[in-house]
Amino acid sequence: MDFINSIVLLLNYIFVPALSYGSQLALGAIFVSLIYGILRFAYFTAGDLMSFGTMFTILFTWYFQSLGINLGVLPTALLAIPFGVIITILYVLAKDKLVFSYYRTKKSPPVMLAMVSIGTMFVTQAIVRIVIGPFDRRFFDGEKFILKANEFKEMTGLNEGLTIKSTQVITLLVTIIVVSILFWFLNKTKTGKSMRAYSDNEDLALLSGIDPKKVVMITWVIAAILATIGGTLYGLDKSFKPFTYFNNMLPIFAAAIVGGIGNPFGAFLGGYVIAFSEILITYAYKKFFIYILPESLEPDGLLQLLSTDYKFAVSFSILVIVLLFRPSGIFKGKII
Amino acid sequence: MKQYSNIISAYAIMLGLIILVGFLQSWSMALSILCFCLISAVMTMGANIQWGYAGLINFGIMGYTALGGLAAVLVSVPPVKEAWQVGGLKIVICALIITSIVFIVRFILNKYKKSSNRNYIIALVIIVGIIFIRLISGPAIHLIEAVNPATTGFLGGMGLPILFSWIVGAFFAGALAYVIGKIALGLRADYLAIATLLISEIVIAVIKHEDWLTRGVKNVIGLKRPVPYEIELQTTQWFINLVEKFNQGALNLVIDLLEREQLLKQLVIDGSTVFVKLCYAGLFSIVVIILLIVTQKALYSPWGRMMRAIRDNDEAANAMGKNVVKQHLLIFVLGSAVVGIAGAMMVTYDGLFTPGSYRPMRYTFLIWVMVIVGGSGNNFGAILGGFAVWFLWIEAAPASLFLINLFTSGLEETNALRLHLINTIPYFRLLVMGIALLLVMRYRPKGILPEKIKHI
Repeated sequence: MDFINSIVLLLNYIFVPALSYGSQLALGAIFVSLIYGILRFAYFTAGDLMSFGTMFTILFTWYFQSLGINLGVLPTALLAIPFGVIITILYVLAKDKLVFSYYRTKKSPPVMLAMVSIGTMFVTQAIVRIVIGPFDRRFFDGEKFILKANEFKEMTGLNEGLTIKSTQVITLLVTIIVVSILFWFLNKTKTGKSMRAYSDNEDLALLSGIDPKKVVMITWVIAAILATIGGTLYGLDKSFKPFTYFNNMLPIFAAAIVGGIGNPFGAFLGGYVIAFSEILITYAYKKFFIYILPESLEPDGLLQLLSTDYKFAVSFSILVIVLLFRPSGIFKGKII
Repeated sequence: MKQYSNIISAYAIMLGLIILVGFLQSWSMALSILCFCLISAVMTMGANIQWGYAGLINFGIMGYTALGGLAAVLVSVPPVKEAWQVGGLKIVICALIITSIVFIVRFILNKYKKSSNRNYIIALVIIVGIIFIRLISGPAIHLIEAVNPATTGFLGGMGLPILFSWIVGAFFAGALAYVIGKIALGLRADYLAIATLLISEIVIAVIKHEDWLTRGVKNVIGLKRPVPYEIELQTTQWFINLVEKFNQGALNLVIDLLEREQLLKQLVIDGSTVFVKLCYAGLFSIVVIILLIVTQKALYSPWGRMMRAIRDNDEAANAMGKNVVKQHLLIFVLGSAVVGIAGAMMVTYDGLFTPGSYRPMRYTFLIWVMVIVGGSGNNFGAILGGFAVWFLWIEAAPASLFLINLFTSGLEETNALRLHLINTIPYFRLLVMGIALLLVMRYRPKGILPEKIKHI
């Protein structure tokens, strides 16, 4: 019985939260990785693009709520996502036309483009803060829990409860759907294959008649879709605050690099690597060992490897270690 | 002479703008803008040494700034004796353990060939060391933080004059840069940018949460100043005489004695803040000028030529027998040390150390905007960038308020859109910065004052 209790404990405090946080990071990391692979620069606007998309989703959610439209048990935001996506797509395409295309045709070095993306980061951040303000916003509605701790305890007769929030399940389901469509697109369709070819070898791809404009456009469209969905899921699960989104850029980059930047599948897994290690290392294992060990061996301390204050530091340390020993990331595989 | 005319006119415009602020808003405001311009100039010089001379991207400026600030605290705050008594010894032991770990790792690295076994042994040494440190320091930290937590709760510093911290800050930042450089300088340009950004976040996390050393988010306030305090000045006779002399004309207009007394009092109060800020501006100018002379000398020395050669083509420079790795490390350390000075200067000026306020937008990306806008590779350009961008950053809010009022003048006072825009004014500066950066990168990619290379 104690053993099952300890497993439920880990599930509740580590596995379920890390899975949903990891999915949110993974969506971000995939598009950062795609942009790095195809447009060949580090896209520092990543976090703010997510907040941009989320902001419009929130605005549409409010609009629908004022009209009285809702999805019952599901959050209304799911209905608003497509509209947020459309606006974000228009925004990134306009940005590409106005800003990035100039440097691309001039074949500027990647560093230059990264700097330019810092400029767009300032602008995007300003737009978000001017439109919706810098404050914390919650826009979740519908049924909050799928499984409550008390219900679980009654059901199973265990001491430990297991809570599953509906946002966690939604996050996981949406991620699975989006990511499988994306990988189907990249691996099976002609456009997806041409994108991979372009990323592998630009000159050869151009020689075989691939239209670079189309490849670049599709990349931005995918980036906008992933950013909006990932950002909205994060906002539903926690809350929407522009500054947090900006900060999320850092673990997203960590995930993309750990997974081997330029490799979307690696980035996908990298998101989970980062999320799990952050939570595993900062969790206090005292209760877990109380269940597992006989009474005489019970620990005194919290048995926490690092305090939760250093959550971010964990992912960055992993990144530094990976960069030192495998600069190309853990999952090399095929480079898209 | 012609080549300097650009520089001179650009600086004249900048100075004119600051003086204009003095006339339009207030002299105290103008001087505090000037002080922060000077601090920003030091930071941009540091970043410019790395980016402009050597082409290294350092997105960790925030970390070095914070370390400089930490140096100001550790140098100037008097030591907390009680805290040293309860936990000082154990902290010292931990410091010894850390140094011994470093030496053991270095020994292993030198002694054994590269292999996975070696990596495992190093990992083992580090993990065992960390466990020991946690076991020893845990109770000590607890005790230290329990010593009068409302006012101290940390070990305190050395109780020396705060000016020393400008040098100590440089050493702190340089030491950190040495470690980071050893780890990350081998990476490609954009990887280096990301790695330094993340490492600076780690530095901030440590400063924020190690309360026994820095008081963390409880902040350290009331640091000693290198210049006189306003309150003291207001009661000092020579200062009152000075103010009287300066404002002779205005005072003579007032005939009533009591009124004259009151006016003088007000003038002395205003004058004291201006005087204090003037003192700071003088101190900061000395630092800027010394750094400028040194960096200019370095830029046009054989060493500077070598750095440019490495920046423009490191393979060729390597083939000519220049040690690229070593020079990169050197310049990385030097540039970061300069940023560390700026960090200490800033805390000195503010008189307080607030780890929570170190954010990448303000301390890393804004500095980069300054370097790019000013002109990378040119010290005068970097300083000008620091001035111009900081000026824009501060004055963007009043300017956008003016514009919003202008454009919405047709709307009612209580119009929702107008009120919303006025509420979000602080964020227009981000917009202004972003657009300025994008415009400069597009139309003047080398900055306002581009790099000029003298050919002999």
